[in-house]
This record gives sequence, structure tokens and C-alpha cells, in this order.
Amino acid sequence: MAEPALSYYGKPIIKEPVWKTEIPHYFFAGGLAGTSATLSAAARAAGNEPLARRALYVAAAGVTVSPYFLIKDLGRPMRFYNMLRVFKVTSPMSVGTWIVAAEGTSTGIAAACQLFGVLPRIRATAQAVSGLLGPAMATYTGALVADSVVPAWHEARHELPLVFAGSSAAAAGGIAAALTPSERGRPARRLGIMGAVTELVTQSVMEKRMGELVAEPYRKGEGGRYARAGQAALLGGTAVMLLAGRTRVGAAVAGTLLATGSWCTRFAVYHAGKTSAGDPAYTSVLQRARVAERGQPAVTRYGKTPFTRL
Amino acid sequence: MRHGDGQTTYGLQIQPRVGFFTDTSVCIGCKACEVACKEWNLVPEDGLVWSGNSYDNTGELSANTWRHVAFIEQQVDDGFRWLMSSDVCKHCTHAGCLDVCPTGAITRTEFGTVVIQDDVCNGCGYCVTACPFGVISKREIGGDGGMHKCTLCYDRLEDGLEPACAKACPTKSIQFGPLDELLERAHGRLEDLRESGVDDARLYGADENDGVGGMGSVFLLLDEPEVYGLPPDPVDPTRNLGAIWAAAAAAAVVLAAGVAFAFAGETDG
Amino acid sequence: MGSNMAENHPVGFQWVMEARLRGAKVMHVDPRFTRTSAMSDKYVPIRAGTDIAFLGGIVRYIIENERWFDEYVKRYTNAPVIVDERFRDTEDLDGLFSGFDEDKRIYDTSTWHYAGMPEQETAGERSKGGTKGEQSGHGAQSGGLTHGEPPEEDETLQHERCVFQILKRHFSRYTPELVAEICGCTPEQFLEVAETMCDNSGRERTGSVVYSVGWTQHSVGVQYIRTAAIIQLLLGNIGRPGGGIMALRGHASIQGSTDMATLYNILPGYLPMPHGEEVSSLQEYLESHGSSTGRWAKFPTFSISQLRAFYGANATRENDFCFDLLPRINGDHSTYQSALDMLEGNVKGFFLFGENPAVGSANSKLQRLALASLEWLVVRDFVEIESASFWYDAPEIETGELKPDEVATEIFFLPAATHVEKDGSFTNTQRLLQWHWKAVEPPEDCRSDLGFTYHLGRKIRAKLKDSTDPIDRGILALDWAYATSGEHEEPSAAEVLREINGVGSEGKALSKYEELADDGSTSCGCWIYCGAFKEEQNQPARKTPHWEQGAVPSEWGWAWPANERILYNRASADPEGNPWSERKKYVWWDAEKKQWTGLDFPDFTPDKPPDYRPPDDAAGDEAIAGDHPFVLQNDGRGWLFASVGLMDGPLPTHYEPHESPFDNLLYGQRSNPCRQLHAHDHNRYNPAKDDAYPFVVTTYRLTEHHTAGGMSRTLAYLSELQPEFFIEVSPELAEERQLEHGAWATVITARTAIEARVMVTERMVPIVVQGRRLHQVGVPYHWGRKGLTTGDSGNDLTSIALDPNVHIQEVKAATCDVRPGRRPRGPKLLELVASYPGYEEESGDAPR
Ligand SMILES: Nc1nc2c(c(=O)[nH]1)N[C@H]1C(S)=C(S)[C@@H](COP(=O)(O)OP(=O)(O)OC[C@H]3O[C@@H](n4cnc5c(=O)[nH]c(N)nc54)[C@H](O)[C@@H]3O)O[C@H]1N2
Ligand SMILES: Nc1nc2c(c(=O)[nH]1)N[C@H]1C(S)=C(S)[C@@H](COP(=O)(O)OP(=O)(O)OC[C@H]3O[C@@H](n4cnc5c(=O)[nH]c(N)nc54)[C@H](O)[C@@H]3O)O[C@H]1N2
Ligand code: SF4
Ligand code: SF4
Ligand code: SF4
Ligand code: SF4
Ligand code: SF4
Ligand SMILES: [Mo]
Repeated sequence: MAEPALSYYGKPIIKEPVWKTEIPHYFFAGGLAGTSATLSAAARAAGNEPLARRALYVAAAGVTVSPYFLIKDLGRPMRFYNMLRVFKVTSPMSVGTWIVAAEGTSTGIAAACQLFGVLPRIRATAQAVSGLLGPAMATYTGALVADSVVPAWHEARHELPLVFAGSSAAAAGGIAAALTPSERGRPARRLGIMGAVTELVTQSVMEKRMGELVAEPYRKGEGGRYARAGQAALLGGTAVMLLAGRTRVGAAVAGTLLATGSWCTRFAVYHAGKTSAGDPAYTSVLQRARVAERGQPAVTRYGKTPFTRL
Repeated sequence: MRHGDGQTTYGLQIQPRVGFFTDTSVCIGCKACEVACKEWNLVPEDGLVWSGNSYDNTGELSANTWRHVAFIEQQVDDGFRWLMSSDVCKHCTHAGCLDVCPTGAITRTEFGTVVIQDDVCNGCGYCVTACPFGVISKREIGGDGGMHKCTLCYDRLEDGLEPACAKACPTKSIQFGPLDELLERAHGRLEDLRESGVDDARLYGADENDGVGGMGSVFLLLDEPEVYGLPPDPVDPTRNLGAIWAAAAAAAVVLAAGVAFAFAGETDG
Repeated sequence: MGSNMAENHPVGFQWVMEARLRGAKVMHVDPRFTRTSAMSDKYVPIRAGTDIAFLGGIVRYIIENERWFDEYVKRYTNAPVIVDERFRDTEDLDGLFSGFDEDKRIYDTSTWHYAGMPEQETAGERSKGGTKGEQSGHGAQSGGLTHGEPPEEDETLQHERCVFQILKRHFSRYTPELVAEICGCTPEQFLEVAETMCDNSGRERTGSVVYSVGWTQHSVGVQYIRTAAIIQLLLGNIGRPGGGIMALRGHASIQGSTDMATLYNILPGYLPMPHGEEVSSLQEYLESHGSSTGRWAKFPTFSISQLRAFYGANATRENDFCFDLLPRINGDHSTYQSALDMLEGNVKGFFLFGENPAVGSANSKLQRLALASLEWLVVRDFVEIESASFWYDAPEIETGELKPDEVATEIFFLPAATHVEKDGSFTNTQRLLQWHWKAVEPPEDCRSDLGFTYHLGRKIRAKLKDSTDPIDRGILALDWAYATSGEHEEPSAAEVLREINGVGSEGKALSKYEELADDGSTSCGCWIYCGAFKEEQNQPARKTPHWEQGAVPSEWGWAWPANERILYNRASADPEGNPWSERKKYVWWDAEKKQWTGLDFPDFTPDKPPDYRPPDDAAGDEAIAGDHPFVLQNDGRGWLFASVGLMDGPLPTHYEPHESPFDNLLYGQRSNPCRQLHAHDHNRYNPAKDDAYPFVVTTYRLTEHHTAGGMSRTLAYLSELQPEFFIEVSPELAEERQLEHGAWATVITARTAIEARVMVTERMVPIVVQGRRLHQVGVPYHWGRKGLTTGDSGNDLTSIALDPNVHIQEVKAATCDVRPGRRPRGPKLLELVASYPGYEEESGDAPR
């Protein structure tokens, strides 16, 4: 009995995502914005004005560029507004769109008030909203990709949001640390380090749980390259942050490394997804194993020609 | 009636759910279905590329190919066989594409079918990643930036006509009708084939307990689904959405906690 | 066999699939494993060009194993008839029948006659004076019988000169082993087919044979079908439901166009075209082509009514109904002869209506060169096809053989209306006429062929109106008045159909051909279509769905003759007139009403009882006995042995294709001795058995394209389905010749070389023939240089070697060489071809 072919002429079984590199950029910018917003709100609550201000501007920058990336990737950008006509819990993208809209608006308002030094009460409210929504903004994208049939994403569904959370913390912490005078930057440094560690640990847990095959796209090829670069940057960033984070230069280097690591992670996830969708083996072997687990082995192949004689 | 998703339909009157039974054992590979679909739905040409993969030069379902006939040449125990099979959107009971569509462009019709409203779709591409069968894709050739797939000839159904592909099929390989009836027929045909010793015949998409809650397009296959380019165990990804949202929520909480923790021991300085 | 029904007649194939679901067994014998093979219970690979051996083996199997349907054979066929004692079989003459003229390569068929017949001029003799291979048409084949009953018979089938015994001897050497040796299948495969066919015979069961151009396009094509006819007659499978030989015809109305005389040697309704040197008067014409017995005895009524339809009131008894105005033929004017005549400069102008010989005809290079030798050419088509563009875009331009500024042909391209842009009828492969209505007006300058022809005739007649030149009388005397309507003055197609149907003296549409008279009181364009406008109703326009009718859907369209759906259906009843069985009942004798009745219209004299025996002086239909169903034959029987009508023998014999890598295992006579060859500089033949051409090449169609491609390569939805010209080879051949899947290969014959992409597929299997492993190369012939998908034309490879009966080209079996890589460009192409052997003169090089 011949082994069944993995697919039809080796063609993919599912379609490769049509998303282009704007999407990992968007994930990065969005994550950075969300966590920065929260960081800013927390700093403000903790009375760390310099950090709060800087994180808020970073968040504002993030929420400004992320819609650009998002809309640019749409096949029909002019119809972006159609997403704002529905709210669907079954669609992380729909939910996310509202989060992005709310986060964008609140962060924008807070940042503007901050910049022009006006309307302090409105600023405070906006900042609170933006700070509360920040974690959602940073993690919903993990849910977004996980809610797909792309094996490298769907099989990572339990961990991906946390990986994204860590990643965004690494970036937000790192960048804030780099921008903030070192004596006021400790929370940012700590956040960056925690983020990096969370990301690294969660990712390795995730890969282990996914199993050799499905995790492969995170280890090989384009996805693997980005993942390795990301890991190196995160590790390096963490180390520098720990050792020299208190110096201006050290913080800048560490922050850049952490942000770069975070950025690489997004690209790693993106490419791993593409690879795992483009190669039918990931879909077919995974699903075949699932079928076998249920005790339904492949039906005997190659019987007679298919006709009934009445 | 197995209308999917717990979604209410947008039609005024719910009709019996309709679909296809594609009996690949009688497909002669004439591709009349492919051409009829394109003619009726004005689907653009999909590129003049010779694949060398037997007689299949359209390759796969896509925005520009809503019916696709596969050709599989096989050396088998009792000689040689040439399988042909016409694939199409499954109009899933739990349709991933519909679930994830953020604009509501993808809807379930009064016939229980899954249709993209071209004028609403903004081309976000989310549906592409959510279809377990690789049915939807973006119109690159003749590109309008939107996603396209079989509509189960919604316009024809509304006029009481059968879909163009089923109409054109000369051998009744494509059978159209109320899904209940089709399922019955499919099981009958399977039984006949099994009785006459065709052990490798099997139904695909006829199980309402499968990962997509059963399909609106049921197939009779003569080999494993992978051989035809079909997933062996398709699952609507939103089936796991609960877990996904939970993971996201947990991650958000962790993140928030993390940020708070970063300030631990900070004094207002 | 010889048909790829699933691919080329997919809509008709639905019934085969349905029959299969109901338990019918489907077998496919073909050189290639096709979509039809995929749908069959049994597939047998065969060497192209060897089907007579295979079928002959089945004849032998039936006889050796006593599997023939005895009652049917004895009563309904000419098995008992005793043949002239001078007759000699191929078994006696090493592959020739008696009467062969070595010089002219034609037979004197007089020794093939039934014994006891008076000496008489026959079809064979008539054409002796004419050009070689030319036949004066279909029509009656009297064979000189003056009475429906042949003079000498042996009901026991024991007489050594009776047809049955001759048949038995003729095929006695076609054993399963020999079949296997010649055809390249195994004896077991052959036996399974033979056995299955025999099982589907008798009172309860029938079987049918489907063929198309895989059988006809050979130098022995007609005899292929004759062999199938012999099998079906022996098994009692003709004239019965589920039986028959299904000739699947090609273009939508190719049947209709043959009925209406597209061929040069027939007039509508298969009446022979008068031959200039042979018939000078109507009387002579009627006498030499008529028959004294059977349905053809009405020949004068058919012919005179037709003349009345042509010439209207101008045709009178006094002027022989204008018979002398009918054009005459004086030789072979078939398509290939015409192309050769063009090359010689003997044809000045040419009309091409819906044909693309620059791609579709054998040796298309010669065709293009021939077109380039014309003074003018009118092409009516939808798009500028290769037959209109050859003067600036052709392989010959590349090689320098043609130069655009030197081609003197003036080409008029006139856009044609498609079938949805005009009214009209199609006659399909089962003789069914179906009407189609104009859905939209033809765009711009597009016009229907009917409109064009009518107005061209009108204008020519207007120009000639004062002419006194006798040569113009034929045109001026025509009845050329049709009602027109609309902006483009489109003549009424329904009116034309009514004219074809015929009208009686009261001006009313006739309802059956029996009403036709030979006194000029009736007119009828085509006797077999008489009844198509019965009761002034357009019968082909009837569209009652089959589910609203009985088992035989008589109210869907209209079938000729007389709306009969199965020909010779009297054979569906036993000699006594009762159905052979309940299961197979179709038409039977109602003894009470003294009428033939049944599910279909009886193809028999309605009140002629089964026990009717013709009196000695009987003529016409009267001369046919009540138990002889084959009313078109002068003895009312199915002919196992055809004493007249064929150029190349009364019985089929296996001959090798003209170009074959093998000798004939049966006889010293290698190929059909009467095959029509036209050796020429541009029609070089591959030498037989030459090592330079080790492979067999066969050409065919794909579902996705249509013939020469003008209607499919121009359409995106079809072109994308088969976007490139490819050849099909087996993995073994690919390895032997280093051909790479998906890469290019060059195929070479003595004509030229072409290139195509390589499809290596296990559907192609090497076969073992005479101990040698033989590879066959499959070449779909749809490509040319115009359209969305372009490529070399398969027909550049093929030669003009023809069947002597119908002048059809042998494009299904030839030899070739294959090399990896693309073909050379420019003059280098000519050098490559010249480096291969070939002969261009009809000298001793031509094998026997
Ligand atoms: N889609 C499509 N349909 C068509 C056409 C088309 O071009 N495209 N053309 C129409 C026309 S004009 C015609 S005439 C019909 C023709 O219909 P077919 O006769 O079915 O057409 P072909 O493909 O030319 O040849 C049929 C088969 O004969 C096989 N063959 C070749 N040589 C031999 C032999 O020696 N013995 C046997 N047993 N088989 C042999 C070939 O491998 C091929 O599979 O189709 C009509 N229908
Ligand atoms: N090697 C090889 N050669 C073959 C064959 C083969 O099997 N092998 N098969 C042979 C056979 S069976 C056939 S039938 C021939 C076919 O060969 P051709 O008849 O030369 O080829 P077609 O492409 O069918 O040409 C018909 C043309 O008519 C045009 N047309 C269609 N409808 C109309 C109309 O209403 N009016 C007018 N004016 N034009 C119209 C179409 O556009 C098309 O260009 O090829 C033959 N040649
Ligand atoms: S097959 Fe794919 S595109 Fe079709 S309904 Fe199911 S999920 Fe949607
Ligand atoms: S691409 Fe269009 S149809 Fe698909 S999910 Fe986005 S909006 Fe919906
Ligand atoms: S149902 Fe209609 S849209 Fe869908 S494949 Fe068939 S013809 Fe195309
Ligand atoms: S139309 Fe029917 S028989 Fe033809 S390819 Fe499509 S499914 Fe198969
Ligand atoms: S193309 Fe027309 S004639 Fe040929 S099979 Fe299809 S429907 Fe019949
Ligand atoms: Mo044809």
C-alpha cells in the first residue's frame, strides 16, 4: 500500500496569507503603541512624568503609523471604513479594529493635550482609556493570527498572544528606556527586560508544545532567520540593559536591540505563517495525525474501478 | 436543517439549505463546469500557463477559478487509473471565512450558502487565512483587490435556476439540490460502490461532526483527500476562538501586571 | 474503438455513463489511455492502424466458437448467398482480391458479384475510366440484382462459396496470438473483449460499437467500419435498441453537411454527382445509378424532384428537368486533389467557408503553399485564421520558402455570423435535425453564410442577366428567390428547410419521401429530409422534453428518414415479426391490424407482412421480402460481403498503414493496394520500416480545443485550459530519447519538423509488436500561429495518403522520429528535414 501523497502535485492545501510585510510592521507598531500607552499611564500614576511623557509620544507615534500600515495592506484601502460598520466577536480583526480606533483616538487626544499643555482633565481621561486599552492593543494581534488555519499560527494559539505581549513590552520598555533619562528610566528598563524574557521563554514553550514539525517554520528558512536574529537581539538587549542600562548609551543600545528583537519576532511569526501555509506537509501531516489519533486510519487504497453493477 | 454559525440569514425567507454532491467517480474531466462558471460569473482568465500536471492547467481554486478540475494519474494495484474531480467552495456549516470577515462582506444567504458581497469587501485578506480549504483568494490577475470565490450562483438560485456548473456537467458528477437529499444520495452511492468492491470510495464533507460542522458541498472521493488537494481534517479556526480570546486576555492581564510590576518599588521622585 | 468519446463527445458520453451505471460494460481500445479509458471497465492499448486485425480476430472468434446469432444471420444478412466462382480471396492471392489491376491500382469488381448474375456495369467499372481512386458517389449500389432474392443461396451456410464460408476462411488466420502480434495487446486482453462482445448478443442482449475518426482516418478507414459491421451483423446487433454502430461525427452539423452534399461527388441525399464522361442524359444517369429493387428503386423520384427544387419552373419534362445544366465532375476534386491542383496552378480562386486547412488538413505545409498559389481566396470565418494569414505569418516565411511580398494571392476576409446569430438547423451524429434560433444580430459586418451565398448568387445573376453564353444558363435557370427580412435582407432559413423538405403540386409541404414523383409534379431538395416540414410545421424546432414522452422521444427534433430513430429497425423483431424478447422490443408486426408498429416509426413498408415473399417479376420495394430489414440494399439484407460499392475489397483485410515500422504479418501485400498516394516535393513520404523513423505517431483532439483551433485558441476560457502545444510520450521513450517532462522536443517526419512541450505520462505505454518494443507518440493537432495560445501545427507532420473510397487522410498512424530540444529556426529547419530519408516520387520506393 503506497503512502498517500501529501497533496495534489505538492501544491499547498490552504492559501498562503495575502498579507505583505506591512502586517508585521503593523504588529510591531501596534504592540509598541499599546504597551507604551500603558507604560505612560502607569508612569503618570507613579508620578514619573518624564517617562510618562516620552512613552506617551512613542504610543502616539505608534498609533499614527499603524493604521497607515494596516490600510496600505488592504486590497481596497478606500473601503477601510467598512470595518467600522460592524462589530464581530468572531473576528479578532473586527474587535481589533475597534480597539485600534479607541486606542488611537484616546492616545492621540492624550498626546495632543500633553503636547500643547491644554485640557488636563480630558488628557487624564484619555490617558486612562489609552492605558487600559494598551494591553488589548498589544495582544489582540496574537489572537488575530491565531484565529486562522495557518498551522504555525493556529497551533501557536495558546502562546502567541503572550509572545506578542512580551514582544511589545520589550519594544516599549526598550525604546522608553533609551529615550528617558536613566534615573527615571528604571521601570522602562525593567519592562523591557521582562518583556524580552517573557517573549523568549513563551516562544520556546510554544515551539515545544507545537511539536517538531509545526514548529519547524520558526526554526528554518526565513522565519527561522528572523527568529534567531530576534533571539540574539533580545538576549543582547537584555544583557546590555542589565549591565549598562543605567548609562545613556547603554540604554540606547539596549533599547534599540530590544526593539529590534521585538521587530524580528513579528517578522519571524509572519514568515513562519507564510511558510507553513505554503508547504502542504504542515497542513496535511498535522491533520492526518489528528485523524489517526481519533482511530481512523487511511482507508484502504486502490480497490476496483468505481462502478456499480445493478 | 443545518444552517451554520448560529448566524441569522439576511434573506427574508429561509429556504432549505442547498449544496452540491460532487461524485468524482463519474467525472470525465471535461471541465465544462469550469468554463460554465466563468462564463456565467464573468470570472477573468487565470493565466495561460501550461503546468505539465496531467491535463490540469488551472491548478487550484482561486479568485479566478471557482470550480477546479483535478487530474490525478496513478499506478495502482490493478493497473493504472486517472482520477478526475471537480472541486469548489464547501459552503461550510461553520465557515471560517465568514466568521473572521471584519466587514460583514461574507454572509450566509437564505439558501444556507456562503457569499462574498463584493461591494463591501475591503480586501483585508483575513478570510484567506481562515478557510481550511484554500478556497478564497485575492484577484491578482485582472486584479480588483477583492477576494472572490464561488457564490453557489446566488443570482441563479434566486431565479430558481440551478448553478451554472451543475447545469453544464454532462455526467451528473455535479449534483445540486437540497442538502438533505444530496446527503441521502451520497450515502446511497457510497453503499453501492462499496458493495461492488470499490473499497476506497469514501464521502468527504458529509459528517456534521467534522471540524466545519459538515459541508454544503459533499464529495465522493476514491482516494485520500490529500491526493485531491483537500485537507484530511479541516477545522474552522474560530472553533478554537474561545481559547484564543482567553489566551489573549490572559496575555493582556500579564502585560498589564508586568507594567505595574515594573513600577514596583518606584517612589515618586 | 477509434473514438475518444468522453473527450470529444462529452455530452453524448453522459448516456454511456448512464448505461454504465445501469450495468453496461464499457471497453475502450485505443493507442492512448484517455479520459474515455479512465471511465471504462476495460482498457486495451493497441498499435495505431491495426484495428482490422483486432476486429478480424473477433470475427474469427465468433465463428470458431459458434457465437453468431444464427437466426438473424441466416435471415437478415447475405451470409447464405453464393458468390461468383471467379472470386478469389486475399488468402489465395497473398493479400489481393481477384480483379486487381497492378498499373492503375484499382479493382475490377465483377468477380465479387453474387453467383448467377448477368454481367453488368458496376460502380467499380464505372470509375475505371475516371481518375484513380475517384468514385462517382454513393447512391444506389445495385450490383446488378434485378430481383430482391439473389439467384443462388444455401440456407445451411455450408456451400463453400457462400458468403459465410468465405468469411470464415478469410478470417481464419486472425487468431488471438496473431492479433496480439500485430496489435501489440495481449491475447488475454483481446479475448476478454471478444468474449464480452459475444455475451452481448442474442434475443435478450445487444451491444454497440462506437467509433469516430480514430477509425476513419486511415488508408483503410472504410474497411475498419466494414469489419465492425460484420461483427454487429453476426451478433445480430443492427436495427435493435442498444445495438448498432455509432459513428460519432465531428462538427456540430457535419452530418447535415454530408447529407446536403459538401463532398464533391454527391448531390444532396447521397445522389451521385453526374460524371461528365459517363452520363450524358438524364435517362442514362437514372439508369446507371438507380436500382431495380429496394428503396433506391425510387431514385428517379428523388432525382427529378431535386432538379425541380434546383431549377423550379425552368425544369420541365421537355428539357430533362434541366439535367444538362447540372455541373459535372470529371475526376477527383476532393480537397487534397484540389490542393495539389492549386500547387500546379490549376485552381485560380477558392472559397473557404468555415475551414482552416492551413492547420487542420493533412500536410498543412503543403496546404499553405497551395493557398499561396491561388490568385484569389475568400475566407469567411469569425477571426483571421491561419488560412487567411499564411502569406505573412507561417513557418514557410521563417524558412524563406514564402515571402510576403511575393505571395500573389489576393485574400478577402469576410467575417461570418456564428450559430447564435442566425436561424438554422444542425443535423447531429444520430441524424437528428435540431433547430436553433437567432439570439442576437450579428455584429458589424458579420453575415450568415446563407445570407452571403444568397446575395452573392443574386448579384452574379444580376450581372449575367443578359448573358447568352450557354455556360451561364446553369446559374440563370436556378430558382433563386427567397423571402428576406431585416436590415441585412437575411433570407429565411425556415423557407430553405421547407424547400429541402419539398412541396407537392398543390404547393403544400410534403410529409414523406414516398410522395415524391418522377413526373415533375413534386420538388424536393433532399429526399431523406422529406418530412422535416411535414404539415407546414418546422419539425426540427420541436422541443418536447424526453420526460414528457415515451422511451423513444420522437417529438424532440426530427430524424431522417421519416423521423426514424433507429435505422433498419425491422431487425428488432424476429423473422415472424415478434420482438426478439420483451426486454428488447422496439418495432414489431401487429398481426391483428396487419401493421408494423412499436416504439419508433418502422423503417419498413408499414403493411408488408413478415411472411411476404416477392413474386418473380417484382420490382422496387415489392421485391424485398417481409423478413429482409435492410431496405436500402437491393436484396434487403445486411451485407457481410459487399460485392459492390467498395474500391478496396468486398471484405476487410488487415493492411499496414502507409507509413509503418512493420511488415504485414499476414500477406506479402503490405498496405492497402488501392490507397491513394500523391508523392510530391512537398509531400515526401517516410520510407517504410526505416530506422530513421522508429516511432508511431498518432494525432488527435483534446476536449479543451476544437479542431484547427479557430474557435478555441482565440478564447481565453478555453485557451487557459490547454495553453500550450504538447506531445505525449511514455516514461520509457522519454528516457530512451532524453526527453524531459515540461521541456521541448522536436518531432520529425519527411514533411517537416515541429516542436512541442513534452508531457511524459504513464498514460502512454510502450507495446510489444512482433517482438519489438514500440513507442507511440501522441500529437494533439489543434495549434497554429494565431490566437491566444500558439504553437506548431501537428499537421505539418502528416502526409497526404488517402483511403481510396472516401479520400480521407491517414493522420492516425504514421512514423516519426523524436529528439530533445527545440527545432532549428530558419533555413536550418529545411536542412534538418533534408537529412532524414524520404521519397517524393511515386516510384518503386512506394512499398506494395
Ligand atoms: N472537444 C472537442 N470535441 C470534438 C472535436 C474537437 O476538436 N474538440 N472535434 C470534433 C470532430 S470534427 C470530430 S471528427 C470528432 C472526432 O472525435 P474522435 O474520433 O474521438 O477524435 P480523435 O481524438 O481525433 O481520435 C479519437 C481517438 O482515436 C485514437 N486512435 C488513433 N489511431 C487509432 C487506431 O488506429 N485505432 C484506434 N482504435 N484508435 C485510434 C486516438 O488515440 C484518439 O484517442 O470530435 C468532435 N468533437
Ligand atoms: N492530424 C489530424 N488532422 C485532422 C484531424 C485529426 O484527427 N488529425 N481531424 C480532421 C477532422 S475530423 C476535421 S473535421 C478537420 C477540421 O478541420 P477544419 O474544418 O479545417 O478546422 P476548424 O478549426 O474546425 O475550422 C472550422 C472553421 O469554421 C469557422 N466557423 C464556425 N462556424 C462557422 C460558420 O457558421 N460560418 C463560417 N463561415 N465559419 C464558421 C471556425 O471559426 C473555424 O475556423 O480536421 C481534420 N484534420
Ligand atoms: S470552504 Fe472556505 S471559503 Fe468556502 S465557506 Fe468554507 S471556509 Fe468559506
Ligand atoms: S477580504 Fe473582504 S471578504 Fe475577506 S475578510 Fe476581508 S473584508 Fe471580508
Ligand atoms: S455554483 Fe456557480 S459560482 Fe459556484 S462554482 Fe458553480 S457555477 Fe461557479
Ligand atoms: S462538468 Fe462534470 S464531468 Fe465535466 S469536469 Fe466538471 S464535474 Fe467533471
Ligand atoms: S461542444 Fe457542443 S456538440 Fe460538442 S459535446 Fe459540447 S454540446 Fe455537444
Ligand atoms: Mo471531424
